[in-house]
Amino acid sequence: MYTPIQPFNLVLRIAAKMLIPLILMFALYVQFHGEYGPGGGFQAGVIFAAAFILYALVFGMAAARAVATETVLRVLAALGVLLYCGVGLAAVFAGGNFLDYNVLARDGVSGQHLGIMLVEFGIGITVASVMIMIFYAFAERGVTR
Amino acid sequence: MSHLIGHYNYWIVIFLMMAGLYVVIAQGNLVKKIVGLNIFQASVYILFISMAKVEGGTAPIIVEGTTLYSNPLPHVLILTAIVVGVATTALALALVVRINSAYSSVEEDEIHEQDQSF
Amino acid sequence: MVLLGFLTVTVLSVVFLRDLFAIVMLFGIYSFLAAALFVTLDAVDVAFTEAAVGAGISTFLLLATLALTARREKTLPDRPLLPLLVIGIVAAALVYGTLDMPHFSDPHAPAHSRTAPYYIESTATEIGVPNIVTAVLASYRGYDTLGELIVIFTAGIGVIALIGYRKRDRDT
Repeated sequence: MYTPIQPFNLVLRIAAKMLIPLILMFALYVQFHGEYGPGGGFQAGVIFAAAFILYALVFGMAAARAVATETVLRVLAALGVLLYCGVGLAAVFAGGNFLDYNVLARDGVSGQHLGIMLVEFGIGITVASVMIMIFYAFAERGVTR
Repeated sequence: MSHLIGHYNYWIVIFLMMAGLYVVIAQGNLVKKIVGLNIFQASVYILFISMAKVEGGTAPIIVEGTTLYSNPLPHVLILTAIVVGVATTALALALVVRINSAYSSVEEDEIHEQDQSF
Repeated sequence: MVLLGFLTVTVLSVVFLRDLFAIVMLFGIYSFLAAALFVTLDAVDVAFTEAAVGAGISTFLLLATLALTARREKTLPDRPLLPLLVIGIVAAALVYGTLDMPHFSDPHAPAHSRTAPYYIESTATEIGVPNIVTAVLASYRGYDTLGELIVIFTAGIGVIALIGYRKRDRDT
């Protein structure tokens, strides 16, 4: 499944192996610190997808498809939207309006924290999986089978 | 004269917008039109964000000790606009790839010729 | 400012070049300079998103399209009179509109004294999140963000429906 190591590819592979975990951790940092500094769901999703695109560029499309299969990506993309709507509906079931985070926890402020964190997580999942899906579609287009 | 000093940055941004619009209207290559459209959108973002700046204020993140912040509402609007813009660009480029495989060209006049010669 | 000068030079070279690869690279430079401009205008969230999305994803998508289509543009158009006239009229209307605007970064502009102080003050008490932009995006205007998420999802579905299948005999 992995392409054999060739000398002119070696520097790329080693540099990518060192960089990809750092990029993934930075994406998680941006995702969960979006409330205290610049960041949030959209930026984190795009950076997460950039790590996967780097992996696909250096190690080949077959290796990338083994990690992030198409079915998993489609399920995750729908799951993010479902999470957002689910948080809104949970607020309705708890007695408030749609997307009213005040009723999700004991008091208003912690309810807002919980609501914002869940909503941004849903945004991050959907954006990351949609960007990787678009990359797969464009990259596989020129290949004749 | 104070009009000139207070507004000249808006006029430069309007020039950037018009250059992007010119690429959309007058050039024939489809990919270059999409690049022009993106340049037009980015210039509109610059116009909005430059309207949101407050002199002496900082970024709209609450820290101890500062009371004057830049206006956060245009930031929210432009954040949504950037993401919607990239979604539109992805769909437009997918359409260009399909047009290329159907007509084997991405020049506008060649596509018109092939359409009218049926 | 210096950044606006760089942006102008970049746009002019995009208009007059014919090599599409160079044009896409110049578009990436334009996005990155716009992100730097946003940082100097105190819009850090917007700069983050523009650098990640505009200079990252848009440039990558354009390069992927170039790999699947042609590399050079055919010719430059030879009758640019009518588009230049249209653009001149639109530019004159826009400049006439900006003459009524308040000066750049005026703290007493009406945009900064009606709605914005309400959001700035009530974010600290009602929501307790330091980043005002995230608070407005996810809580006060959360319904719009739901619509934005659905737009991204629909774009992903649309791209898959157009070019996502790997069988070559589906082309017309």
